[in-house]
Amino acid sequence: MRRFLLTRLAQAGIVALVVGALSFALMHALPGDPAMRIAAGRYGPDARIVDAAEKVRLELGLDRPWAVQLTDWIGSLARFDLGHSLVTGAPVLEELKVQLGASVWLAGAALLLSLLIGPTIGVFSGLRPGSLTDRLGLVGAVILRAMPPFVLGLILMLVLAIWLGWLPPAGFGSWRELLLPALTLALGLAAVSSQVTRNAIAAVAKAPYFAFARHKGLPEAVVVRRHGLRNAAIPVVSFLGLQAIYLVEGVVVVESIFAYPGIGHALVHAIIERDVPMVQGTALVMGLMFVVLAATVDLASAWLDPRLRSTQ
Amino acid sequence: MLAAALVIGFSAVGNSGQAQAQVLKVAGPWEIGGIDPAQTGYVFSRLQVAETLVSADPSGKLVPALAEAWSVSDDGLTWRFTMRTNAIFHDGTPVTAEAAAAGLKQAHAGVGVLTQAPISKIASDGRDVVIQLEKPFAALPAYLVHFSTIILAPLSFDDSGRVAKIIGSGPYKVKSLTPPLKLELEDSGKWWGGAPGIGDVSYLAVGQGETRALMAEAGAADLVFSMLPVSVDRLKRNPMLDVRIATIPRTRILKVNAGSSFFDDAEERQALSYAIDRAGITKVILRNAELAATQLFPPALPGWHMPDLQPLTRDLDRARQLLTEAGWTPGADGILEQDGERFSVTLLTYSSWPELPPIATALQAQLREVGIDVKVSVGNSSEIPSRHQDGTLEMGLISRLYSIVPDPVGTLLQDYGPGGSDWGAMGWSNDELHSVVEQLAVTTDPEERAPLQRRAVEILQEELPSIPVTWSELAVVANKRITGVQIDPLEVNYGLASIRWAE
Repeated sequence: MRRFLLTRLAQAGIVALVVGALSFALMHALPGDPAMRIAAGRYGPDARIVDAAEKVRLELGLDRPWAVQLTDWIGSLARFDLGHSLVTGAPVLEELKVQLGASVWLAGAALLLSLLIGPTIGVFSGLRPGSLTDRLGLVGAVILRAMPPFVLGLILMLVLAIWLGWLPPAGFGSWRELLLPALTLALGLAAVSSQVTRNAIAAVAKAPYFAFARHKGLPEAVVVRRHGLRNAAIPVVSFLGLQAIYLVEGVVVVESIFAYPGIGHALVHAIIERDVPMVQGTALVMGLMFVVLAATVDLASAWLDPRLRSTQ
Repeated sequence: MLAAALVIGFSAVGNSGQAQAQVLKVAGPWEIGGIDPAQTGYVFSRLQVAETLVSADPSGKLVPALAEAWSVSDDGLTWRFTMRTNAIFHDGTPVTAEAAAAGLKQAHAGVGVLTQAPISKIASDGRDVVIQLEKPFAALPAYLVHFSTIILAPLSFDDSGRVAKIIGSGPYKVKSLTPPLKLELEDSGKWWGGAPGIGDVSYLAVGQGETRALMAEAGAADLVFSMLPVSVDRLKRNPMLDVRIATIPRTRILKVNAGSSFFDDAEERQALSYAIDRAGITKVILRNAELAATQLFPPALPGWHMPDLQPLTRDLDRARQLLTEAGWTPGADGILEQDGERFSVTLLTYSSWPELPPIATALQAQLREVGIDVKVSVGNSSEIPSRHQDGTLEMGLISRLYSIVPDPVGTLLQDYGPGGSDWGAMGWSNDELHSVVEQLAVTTDPEERAPLQRRAVEILQEELPSIPVTWSELAVVANKRITGVQIDPLEVNYGLASIRWAE
């Protein structure tokens, strides 16, 4: 366990350096004058950008060599200081606390909802392969997965907020505002996890131990709970790690259409405004989130499947 | 069963939501990136948290705000703004001339509009804020309407002089701020103008126009600003909503490089103007044919919009004739040529205003009809000033605001002064216009100003250093739950304090 944690910590350190340096390099490779972009980000397109850009350049020391700027960043990172946003002037860490908090709630709610929806449908489909439920599940999954999150988001907004009036269409602050964006992400995730579960359950249902449990006269629900779910959960859980990519990608879009503050929203704005420390900070946090998620998935898989523990 | 449980759950939530119905919910596109007045002062000024010395009514007339009166010395060099005696900051301290002078000094040292006025000294003298100028400048009070000059309490600033919190003097004070999206306000209980009609206000920044429209339809916002043209017709049919539209002093113009061989003759710029189908663009893209810009300034700028001016129209034959006179002849592929050079230019625009890229592609097709080859490039708004500076800009489609201060003289001075500016003329200069604008800058008497304003507009219409394409409008949607909504085309102050719940 200790070795496992140490390996993951080392991975996190490498991710931090690579992500930071890469985002720094990519931001500097973009065409255009960063001081102009930052000035436009700060003071809006109607301002006298050229004058403002000169003040920004002086204030932020943007004319220093890039190697000095990058070394500064790494030095600060070692002291757990991510610097200040070039646009708002607030410490990046403080901005991330708010944004990350909001995103974690959103991603967490989305995962929870997707686990309620996806595997439930998957179990019903997998136990009766080829049935109407199974086929409907497949059609639904294909449609939901093919639909980009912003289209799905707008449809849900239209149905649940406008026609039915159940939920507010946008905003944040209470769980009511959280539901629509979370559901948008959850349906995309459930589209795939329902199929993974379905296949896993169908495979398990064909296994001799499952057939034996049925033969010995256990009620169906008990058979599924004792012999089906745990075995079928192994591929579903490892699949969740991959789902994280969809989640992060979806969060960026979903936060924008639902006016929900979060790390995706922050990243998009920081890139447009050339706010290098913010880009580095958000990319870093996202990278570390992947590491934590991958570690959690590994631990959960090991818990579900004792055979994996010996290999770790 | 799951569905039934969800329905019951949601309905219960729907009812509990009623308890919060007493908050006036406002949605608009502007994010609150920070609290520096030069940066996001407009949010605090429009939502009436902080006030300026001078304000403007919806017709553009300057009206007293924190200063109840102002006057200028005979030589035009000393302005005195007399502070009202009953204004109090949200922290309970009085709004004094001293506090106002300190705030204006900060604004003058920053990057806001005040840096463009020829100010030599700002001081306080009893109840007066005294501003000394280097040369007469009639537009000074109009500059003090700008949001970057909002007056904050001394305790708003930290030791280094940066704004650390917003303590204003308006009818609303900040209850909570969650940058960049949410601002909650409450009745300050101290406003000199009396208590606002609705005590609690919540502002949500919603970047996506479609989302704002859906919020209005769902009743999730009482007042929604800046609707997209495509949503307006649908919202107008909704009996719960009141859609109001005002033309605002913002014009979408083609900024051309008059120093390049493509646009160095007035005939070439006129030809370009004749080639543009403004009515088509406004009808299809903006869904309002009235917005075709027949001259630079829209009707929202009285005194600067001349109804009797010969309008800019489409006339392809005239366009072709002017281009021929300027020496351009069609090449083998129909694109014009002169001395072996093809009339092929890049049109740069940006997507901060979502309608600009589609207008740019429409222009591309229209200019092709007279033999001009246009490549459209969509970038960031800062690229226009940047390419202006390094001289590589050929043509830019931009959205220019003429009421940054309520007197467009400031913008004219900037845009069409010697050397042009970021958003103004490029490679173009006109001595007569300079002298007219210089005279306007020192003339306060409206009767003396009128002929000068007219001449300035005429020169711009003949010479076309920037080619007007369309005017802009501000569409505001109010739920019929509320009354007393006023549309401010200058976007200085949304008058939330006079909004009430409908009976």
